[in-house]
This record gives sequence, C-alpha cells and structure tokens, in this order.
Amino acid sequence: MPNLLRNALRYLGQAAAYALTAAILGVFSFYPTYQHFPPGLAQVRLSVSHAAARVGECHRLTPEELEQLAPNMRKPFDCPRGRLPLRIDILLDGAVVYHAALPPTGLSGDGPARIYQSFRTEPGRHRLTARLVDSARETGYDYERDEDIDLVAGQNLVIDFQAEAGGFIFR
Amino acid sequence: MHYLRRTLRWGFAAPEALLDRCFGPAWNPLYHLGALGFFYYWIVVVSGIYLYIFFDTGTTAAYRSVEYITYEQWYLAGVMRSLHRYASDGMVLFMGVHILREFSLDRHRGARWFTWVTGVPILWLIYASGITGYWLVWDKLAQYVAIVTAEWFDYLPIFGDSVARNFLSTEHLDDRFFTLMIFVHIAVPLFLLLVLWLHLQRLSRPRINPARGLAIGTFVTLVALSFILPAESQGPADLARVPAVVKLDWFYLGMYPLLDVFSNGTVWATAGVITLMLSALPWLPPLRRVRPAVVDLDNCNGCGRCVEDCPYVAVSLRIRSDGKPFEHEVVVDPALCVACGICAGACPTSMPFRRASELVPGIDLPQLPMKELRRRLHEASERLKGDGRIIVFGCDEGLGRGVSGPGIVTIGVPCVGMVPPAFLDYALSRHLADGVALLGCGEENCIHRFGLRWTDARLARERDPRLRASVARERILKLWTGPLDRGRAARELASFAERLRQLGPLPAANRPKQREAADA
Repeated sequence: MPNLLRNALRYLGQAAAYALTAAILGVFSFYPTYQHFPPGLAQVRLSVSHAAARVGECHRLTPEELEQLAPNMRKPFDCPRGRLPLRIDILLDGAVVYHAALPPTGLSGDGPARIYQSFRTEPGRHRLTARLVDSARETGYDYERDEDIDLVAGQNLVIDFQAEAGGFIFR
Repeated sequence: MHYLRRTLRWGFAAPEALLDRCFGPAWNPLYHLGALGFFYYWIVVVSGIYLYIFFDTGTTAAYRSVEYITYEQWYLAGVMRSLHRYASDGMVLFMGVHILREFSLDRHRGARWFTWVTGVPILWLIYASGITGYWLVWDKLAQYVAIVTAEWFDYLPIFGDSVARNFLSTEHLDDRFFTLMIFVHIAVPLFLLLVLWLHLQRLSRPRINPARGLAIGTFVTLVALSFILPAESQGPADLARVPAVVKLDWFYLGMYPLLDVFSNGTVWATAGVITLMLSALPWLPPLRRVRPAVVDLDNCNGCGRCVEDCPYVAVSLRIRSDGKPFEHEVVVDPALCVACGICAGACPTSMPFRRASELVPGIDLPQLPMKELRRRLHEASERLKGDGRIIVFGCDEGLGRGVSGPGIVTIGVPCVGMVPPAFLDYALSRHLADGVALLGCGEENCIHRFGLRWTDARLARERDPRLRASVARERILKLWTGPLDRGRAARELASFAERLRQLGPLPAANRPKQREAADA
C-alpha cells in the first residue's frame, strides 16, 4: 500500500476514533431522555418531621427519693425521655391513602417522628384531609386540615406540617 | 474469574490492534486511559475555575448566572461550561474502560492490589463531584437530582432531619444551601486529587500525561463537541411541579432510574456490594502467588540500575550493611514485587559469560534464576537443527511459547525486560543460535509497564546494561506483538529465519558449544 494512502487511512481512522468518542459523550450526556413521572398525573407529597409528646408526665421526686441520688444528680423532677408515636391519617376524597403511627427517632426514642412520602393521583378537584395526633389522646385529633384542592397534571402539592404555624400546610 | 479476564483481554485485543494502526502504539488511546483521565480532570479544573468567576449562589441567582454563562457569554463561558460537562463525562467513560482493561491485564492482584483498591474511592469521588455539579445549575434536572439524591441519603440514619425536606418548596430552600453545594463541589475534587496521588504511589514513573498529539486531538474533539452540542440547562427548577421528563447525563446519573424501581435500601445495598466486590477483587481466587526477587549482596555493588528500572518501586537502596566497600546495597520490598524480573535484566552481574564464579547476579528471580535461564538457553540450542536457527525469548504474558516452527525454540520469560543484552550476545557469540528474537507483549502495552521500553533502550545502547557494539544487530529481532498478532509473529520469524540463512552461519565460536553446556 502506498505511503500516502496508508497515512490517509491512518488519519481517517484517528478522526473516526475521535468522532466516536465525541458521539458517545454527546449522546449519552443527554439521551435517551428519562420519564421520571407519568404524564397526566399529579403528585401529593407528604413530609412531616415533628416530635410528639413525652410518653408520660414529669414526676416530682420526694425528699426521700432525692436523698438516694448523688448530690449532683438531685433534680426536682424525673421526666421520661421517650416520646409517643405520631399518628397521621391522609385521606383523598374520603379514602385513606396514608395511615401510620410513626415511632420517634433516636436511640432513646426521644427524637421527632418523620415521614416523607409521595402519592400519585389524577388531576382535578379533590378533597384532601390531613389529621395528626401527637399526644396520648384516644379519640379525635390534635391537628386536622380538610380542604378542596385543584390539581393539574405535573403539579407537586406538598402537605407540610409546622406546629408553630398551626399545623398542616398545603402548598 | 480467570475466564472473564481472558474474555475481556481478547475483547480488548481487537480495538487495541485497530487503534495501533490508526494512532501508532505511542498515541494509542487505550494505552493512555489513566493519563487521559488525568487530562480530562485538568480540563474540568480549568474550565471550572473560569465558570466559578461568573457563577452566583442562590435559588434564582444560580440558574440566572448559568444562563448568562451559556447564552450571553456563549463564546467563552458557554464553551467552558460544555468543556466542563464533556470532560467530566470523559472522565467517567475513560475511568470505566481503564478499570476493565486493568482487570483484563491482571493488574489488580498480588503486589498491585494497592493501586486497584485505591482506585475504588476514586470511582465514588468522581461520581460525587459530578452529581454535586448538577445541583448547582438549579434547573429541572438539578431539581430531579437533588430530590432523588436527598431521598436516597435520607435512608441512612445519619442526618438529624430529613435532607429531602429542603426541597419541599421554594420556602424551604435556602440560598446558603447553594453555598454549601459549591463548597462540596470544589472540596470533593480536591480530595479526589489527593486520592489520585495515593493511587500512583506504588508505580514508578506513572504516566499522568497522555502523548502530546493525543492530548491535542482529545482537546480539539471536546471543543468541537462543545460547539456542535453545547451543554444547556433544562428550564428553571420549579418545586411546585414534578420534573416529569429529564435529559439524564447517563455517565453520572445512570443509576438514578434504579431508585424509581427499587427501594433506597436496595440501591444502597447494591452500591455497597459493588464497592466491596471491587475492593475484594485482588484477593478473590485464583490468587497470584509469586516469589519476589532476591538480592545477593556478594554480587551487588549497589549500582542502583535495578532501582532505576523497577516499574513498581519495589527495589530501593539503603546504606551498606555487610562491610563491603560500597556505599549502598539493594533491598527488595516483597510486598511490592510482582516478580517481572526486569531488575535482574538490569543487573550488570547477570552475565552468562561468567565462568570463574557461579552465575548468581546481584538481584535475581527465584522462579527463573539467571543460571537457569542460561541452562535453558543451552537446552534450547541443543534442540535446534539446520540453518537459520532461532532462539526466541518470549514474554509469558504475550504470545510467549505459542510461536513455534522449524528451527525455532522459545524460552518463556515473565517479561522480555528480564533478558539482559548479554544473553543475546552470549547466544550468538557462543554459536548457540544463528539469531535471537525477543517476543514482547505489545509495543507501549507491556504488561509490566517498562519491560519493552528498557529493552529497546538497552539494545539501542542508550541504557545500561547496553548491548555490546560488536554484536551483529542483524541477527537480533524485536517483535512487540499483541495477542492477535500470532500470524504476523509467525511471518516475521519465518522472514527472519530466511534472512539468517542468507547471512550464512556465524563465525566459528570461540569455545566449543559442548564446553559451554558443561559450564551451564
């Protein structure tokens, strides 16, 4: 094979190798596109991070009980450290879509209970109800919000909870 | 595992041979994978520094500044953004091929475990660098990446509060979060550089820069790609909407769709198992057990040639301990030695002509001592018949003993760099063969890194131990061949034999062959 042709083929081969690298980088850097969420649906995302009440009332120590403690440990009250589970119900159009009693976090069970969950639903008008119990009560709810919402396809509606702001917030 | 490795080796052989033809061995990209990874890293660093000048942190400022970079200053900052993107992708691509190829070349076991194992965190650090970069743009893709990553990390019980709650709504997202992210995006690559340095610690003369021509070609390719397909954002992030369709960068985010299919815990477990498997690979059967090189101080004057030539920094000099009148002595670190024999090939006392004393060089390979190599040379010579007799020193990792033919006998060696030039001189001057061939494992592709390079330099009389000037060079053939070059090797050897026949027999030996055999 003449040198000229051989060199031409070599350079052509190099160009092809560079072009192939560029094609791999260019294509897989963007394609194929990924459908992360089905078209035509909306999303409701529940996110709560809230500490429920302590498992029991504080108990005032008697002088005898205090006497049994080391001097540097003599606090007037003995408070249980653990917290109650957090009970949450989410209803969409009257149907329960989420119901749980969330345990507190932490090794001693004294941290906030947490939930982060998403639901998919058809767009349109819905009745959204969120209820939460963070105490030892047996009946009723400590916090409740009940509202009509209008969802459009692709919308991300957030159910947030902030006790200091009055409870559930629909964003 | 062995069959997987062999299959991969054969899989690489064809593209290596093809690229050898196009680029030549010196520029073959497959022989510069690690160096190309470094080159991409530096492109990412330089382009990143430039982008940082214009980047603004904040929920709206970040996207706005990236739009400015992309469209208003497209001619420079925009190109830099694309270079930043594609060079990052190139790092992942070449890192992946690098891992597979090093595995196929069996460069992960034995003394080489350290380089392999330190490569595993590099893998994750590169991913961490890239993924944090995607957050900074704060477009729809960033929103998707941020939420999915945060949800994934929330599985781990190490955060006080949910990380994903930061992305519930715009009200939850703080501008300072972007300050934190850019800190992470800069800190992780800096830490990566430290681990890369560690990665190369057990390699002598590591190749961290690709051949200049290859570097230029690579850079021009990236610039061209940046103009043809500039990196663009995918619309501003909107936490009130779900980013339903995203254009994923599959190099970095290819694992993300798994999080939609499998639970976070399953994906963590998968990532953990992959990491453990990769880290444990050097110790999975079949184990490589080699006997490291040994030093004989009676024959070592501490000249340091073996130290210079060792590809794995396994040989070093220390102050003389035996009272002999030399400054240094050689010491071998068995944990670093792969028993390639290149050190023995560099030793000036690996001299087969020695008769007054036993052939024991200053540094030698227990599995194939120089004395045994000389014995095999004589044995091979006995088996040769007729004209054009050739003795081949064949690399065990290459075609090795697979090449045969009438008038050809092959002696297997761990690396041709183990064969001192004096052995070629000896074979010819003692009339043991009419010609000697060195059959290496592939130009610029030596399994033991420098075996072929040092052999080339020794034969060209550019490096000690040099081939004597009086040795008939036309009776020596170098054949650096890949696994697919069996046919070419056979043809070249046949042609060499023909040339030897035309040259005629060697001048009469100084000493009878039989006496040499008796010496051996």
